[in-house]
Amino acid sequence: MTDRKRFSIQAAATLLQNANLRGFFTGRIYQGASKSVCVPGLNCYSCPGAVGACPLGSLQSFLGSRPVKLPYYVMGLLLFFGALLGRAVCGFLCPIGWLQELLHRIPFPKKLRGDRASGPLRKLKYLILALTVTLPLFFALTPFFCKYLCPAGTLAGILLALADAAVRPLLGGIFAWKAAVLVSLVAASLLVFRPFCKYLCPLGAVYGLCNRFSLYRGEVDADKCIRCEKCAAACRMGVEPQKAINSAECIRCGDCARACPTGAIRMGFRTARSERGKKSI
Amino acid sequence: MKNTLTWFLLAAAAALTGAGLWLGQHALVLQKAVRVCLECVGIG
Repeated sequence: MTDRKRFSIQAAATLLQNANLRGFFTGRIYQGASKSVCVPGLNCYSCPGAVGACPLGSLQSFLGSRPVKLPYYVMGLLLFFGALLGRAVCGFLCPIGWLQELLHRIPFPKKLRGDRASGPLRKLKYLILALTVTLPLFFALTPFFCKYLCPAGTLAGILLALADAAVRPLLGGIFAWKAAVLVSLVAASLLVFRPFCKYLCPLGAVYGLCNRFSLYRGEVDADKCIRCEKCAAACRMGVEPQKAINSAECIRCGDCARACPTGAIRMGFRTARSERGKKSI
Repeated sequence: MKNTLTWFLLAAAAALTGAGLWLGQHALVLQKAVRVCLECVGIG
């Protein structure tokens, strides 16, 4: 798949998840039945354009309720997206991921390629996932991630404030903190490819855990691979595809497959037939 | 082997989603999603 095609899918996915265009002008959020379904990517349900529910917000809402309700529905949907697509959700369907990619396209004197040295920092997203799930159990009605970190929520707040003057005086200290997080993310995105996805996103952590088992996956044909490592040099997520193509960091963008001179790398849905008779690394 | 695990995970996902629907959790998600989440937008 070409990068242009992936770009088109990302744009279409963002538009589909935010199809309530009228909301951007009125400042009123969508209230239709489709909001009972969680979208796969990070898309705040308070965004005036959102037509679906945020999976992380919904998850925290269940865990922060009293008595605590186990979020079977949200967990089922997350597991479904994860088992089907893994982190292809990040690479194709997440609006925040796409936004970071757009920012990274802006010319900047120094871009950090690959960013392979940041291994320990990448574990941070698993800690944030653990806190996102456990903190609401101790602090009722406090969605830790949404309240203090989520850039999608901050964008939603900005869009609501732009459309509705009544919202503006309500924005206080927490909004200032979240705006600082958003500004830092924008600045980091100029330098690093998808910093939020690499280091902070708990949703990326969930899908990353599913990456090794998902139906949509990568394969390296050992017979065709000449170990030139052009795939590793091309990967902007810092993965070494020739060693671990189904790493939790791979967002299935396909940069490695396009860089491979022998066509040894393939991304796609795995079938029982493709499993048989295929020698892969 | 991995293929079996993938299908098991998909079946588990279907079972969890089904259980959630049976318990009416989709309605709770809707209830939360149709109101502005003050914490999310930085007000609460």
